[in-house]
Formats: sequence, structure tokens, C-alpha cells
Amino acid sequence: MNRVLIVAEHLDGKLNAAVAKCVSCAASIPDAEISIAVLAKDGTEVSAAAAAIHGVKRVLLVKNPANEPALAAVLAPQIARLAEGHGFVLGPSTTYGKDLMPRVAALLGAPQVSDVMAVESATRFRRPVYAGNAIATVEAPAGRQIVATVRVASWPAAPQGGAAPVESPALDVPLPASTRFVSVSAARSDRPDLQTAARVVSGGRALGSAENFRLIQGLADRLGAAIGASRAAVDAGYAPNEMQVGQTGKIISPELYVAIGISGAIQHLTGIKDARTIVAINKDAEAPIFEVADYGLVGDLFTLVPEIEKLL
Amino acid sequence: MRRILVGVKRVIDYNVRVRVRPDGSGVVTDGVKMSANPFDSIALEEALRLRERGEADEIVAVSVGPAESQQQLRDALAMGADRAILVKADGSIEPPAVARVLLELVKRESPRLVILGKQAIDDDCNQTGQMLAAFWNRPQATFASKIEIQGEVARVTREVDAGLEMIEVDLPAVCTTDLRLNEPRYIKLPDIMKAKKKPLDIVELASLGVDAAPVLKVLKHEPPPQRQKGIMLKDAAELVAALKQKGLA
Repeated sequence: MNRVLIVAEHLDGKLNAAVAKCVSCAASIPDAEISIAVLAKDGTEVSAAAAAIHGVKRVLLVKNPANEPALAAVLAPQIARLAEGHGFVLGPSTTYGKDLMPRVAALLGAPQVSDVMAVESATRFRRPVYAGNAIATVEAPAGRQIVATVRVASWPAAPQGGAAPVESPALDVPLPASTRFVSVSAARSDRPDLQTAARVVSGGRALGSAENFRLIQGLADRLGAAIGASRAAVDAGYAPNEMQVGQTGKIISPELYVAIGISGAIQHLTGIKDARTIVAINKDAEAPIFEVADYGLVGDLFTLVPEIEKLL
Repeated sequence: MRRILVGVKRVIDYNVRVRVRPDGSGVVTDGVKMSANPFDSIALEEALRLRERGEADEIVAVSVGPAESQQQLRDALAMGADRAILVKADGSIEPPAVARVLLELVKRESPRLVILGKQAIDDDCNQTGQMLAAFWNRPQATFASKIEIQGEVARVTREVDAGLEMIEVDLPAVCTTDLRLNEPRYIKLPDIMKAKKKPLDIVELASLGVDAAPVLKVLKHEPPPQRQKGIMLKDAAELVAALKQKGLA
């Protein structure tokens, strides 16, 4: 049996949708027995949501006021303790998991396989390197604990329907006080979460200003889409950092991706390759984005976007 | 001495279109331009700015890699680092081993801050900074877009999925850089000349007593699956019709 521990990302009492995708990844490890660790202040709702994911054997809930807001330095020693007896420790390849999991791996003395996109066996994994320009097949030594982050865009969400028991193990782990949360400035919106949205409308540098960037909001509203941005648009201050899609931003796999005024640098394309359908709107017919787009439209975005919006 | 240690990794240049070798044994590196990892240049720039603001006295650029990495360290010296250390390591060296090597240098140099890139653009691992912080048993502030030092504390703004998070860490600590932290300065010609006189120590990996043998074996590299090029449409109406047909609108 391969015991897999998944670290549950959560915020404001809600389980992150990436966790169900980690369960799919874990379930593809042969003979997996899956546990989910919830480290929270209260965690009642989060652990209930985790327990309801199909394929989960048990949820380990560790309640501690120090666990929220999440700080890697505080969470890592607790997860390392919970990980005892587990051959695999998985977390999502979100900023939460990217920050936390290597710290866990170091405490465990385990290697980390980042951004797992496929599991070939209990020791063999595939992951993208060089901004997705190459896929590496990596073999870990048998019988050794492995930490991994899961490339969320590569995995479907495991279905609901589970009814795993929630256990509350007692953890006696000293926690550091040398890292302190100060604040978070997050734009709250009613839009779907970019990382897991079924539809995404993204804007690039061609929008020209933060004011013009709002042009794509109308289209996103019509499609019920999340909003993304290219690195160029974020660097230029047209859109906030959390909207960045690409190698160093979010890697996404929506049903529909609409790239507006995005030329399609390789670093951006690596973030959208797994989209089911890609639409590109750009005035430059030679833009690399058209090489990957299912539907291309050459023209002035300031004319085309309002037209499309009207027709939808 | 308030010292900052900065990591510099030699990688294939950001602008090179990386190709997989036909035999799958890696990617093509012959005749390919090599540069410092862009996130590491951001790390060095931040160290320079902290020194300019009076928050640091000395900046040490460190690389763990092949002898050719001296070129990237010379560039770092030309940018403004005071001295450089190359820990010579041939072949593949994984993030945990790099973190162990950096820990040995941390013990020797006693920095108040270590600034590393959040990830190297070759293996895209995003591990080394966090692992160093764990081995060192010190705080980490990853994906930084702003670093302010106030006494023995750093206030770091981090680029996270939810937006911007601010945390406070006691020094010494490890920071890793994100894209918006700064824009690295260009190297000026006279500085390249001056950099030749700055100290660059070469340390043999074996002398640090770190077991750097790779744990993970890379069996092969493959090119990614290519998307089929789609169709060009003539106007908005055609696009909307196509999306409706697919049930996407």
C-alpha cells in the first residue's frame, strides 16, 4: 500500500478547488491510500469538504489558531510530523503549495518532484521543465519518501461522494514565532477563481492602459469568465499580479481561453497549453498566439471585443 | 558586517527557444547563449538597492555549478556585488543539495539576508530558497515583490494567488524574488573592467562535506505535445457562431 498525504489549501473556511485535483493525482499512484491534512484555526467546514471528496480514506484535522493565516514556517513542521508513515506528501502547485512543500521536503529529508503532470508508477513521474518546452520523466528511488507538488492544470477534480472520517491527531510540535502575518490585499470579486475557472478572458499589453484593460470585463461578464493577464500587462500595471497567466504565474486549463491583445510569448503559452479551446484576437497576423489558437481573429481589439460582446 | 548573500545560477538565456535533443538525453546547449537566471538578477538588484539604502555593507554573489558559472559571477560583480564564490559542481545538482551547500556558506558568512530567485528558468523547481530556510531553521519570505528592512525585521510583500500578502520575518531570513520586485540595472562597460579586480573564490564542492549526489534520476526529456494550429475567422460573427456551436457561448 502506498500511503499518500495531501496538504489541504484553504482560505476563509473554503477548501481550495485544487485539492480535489491533488486527489486525482494521488489516486493515480498504484495502490494509494489517501489522507488529507487540514491545518486550520477551526477547520470544521474545510475538513467536511475534504472528507466528501471521493477516494479519500481519512481527514486529519489539526486545529490551532496559529494555523491561520497560513505561514509555511508554521505549517511545515506540523505537516512533517503528520507525514510520518506516508510514502508520499502532496500539495497543489499554487503559491501556497510552492511556498510550503519544499520546506516540508527539507524537514523530511525527502526530494521534491515539482509540478507533477503525470504519474507513470509509484516512482516515476512526468513534469514540465524549461517553461514547458520539455517534459522530463523523473524516477525517484523506491522505498524513499517523496514530496511533490501537483500541476493543477493537468488533473481533473476528483468527484464528490466520499464520506471519510475526520480524525484529530494530537500534535506536539514547537512552532516558530519568527514569521508573522501582517496583511493581505486581495481584490474580492464575484468572478470565478482564475486557477480553476471553466472560462478565462485574458488581456495583454495591446490594451494599452489600466483603463482600457476594463474593456475585457464586459466580455468576461457575458461569458461568465475569470480574468487573466499576460506578464506584459501585469508589469505595465494594467492588471494585478494575481491575474498573471504563464510560466511564473498561474498555469490554467479552462474549457475556453480568450487571449485579447496577447502576442503569445512562450512563457505565456506554457500557462494555457492545456486549455480545451483557445481563441486569439490580435492585430498582428504573425503573432505566435495564432500558432496555438483554435480560432484566430485578426483585427483591432477595440472594435472586435465590443462587437463580440454584443453578439453573445 | 551586515552581509547579503545572493544566489546566481547559470541557465540557458531567457530568450533562447529551448529544444529537446533528438535522443531525449536533455536539451540542446551547444552554442546556446547562457545567462544568469533572471530571478537571480532581480535578487542581486534588490541587494544592491538595500546596500544603497544603507541596509547592507557587503554583497556576496554565490553560484553552485560548473566552472563556466564564473562568467555569470563576473557579471554579478560588474553589476555591483562586492565579491563572489563559486562552488564548483559538475553535472546535475538538485535543489536540496544546493540548499545544503548554501547552508555551509551561510555558516561561514553569517549573512543577515539571503536573497535567491524564486525559481530557475531551466528546471522550474521553485525549491531551493524554501529548503535553505528549513535547513537553517530561519524564516522564509518567498515570491517577494517588496522588501523593507526595519531594524532586525524585514517586511516583505509577497505575490500570492489571492493578491499581495505582507509578512514580517525576523532576520536573518531567506527571501526569494518575484518579477515585480525591481528591474535589474544594466552593466556598464567600465564596471566590467573593475569587476575583474574583485575577488572570486572557487570552492570545491567536496571540501564542503555535502552529499550532492542526485537522488532523482531524469530518465528522458521529450518535446511537449504540440497543439494543432486552428482556423482563422473573418469577423466577430464567425467567432461567436463557432463558440456557440461548441457550446462555449
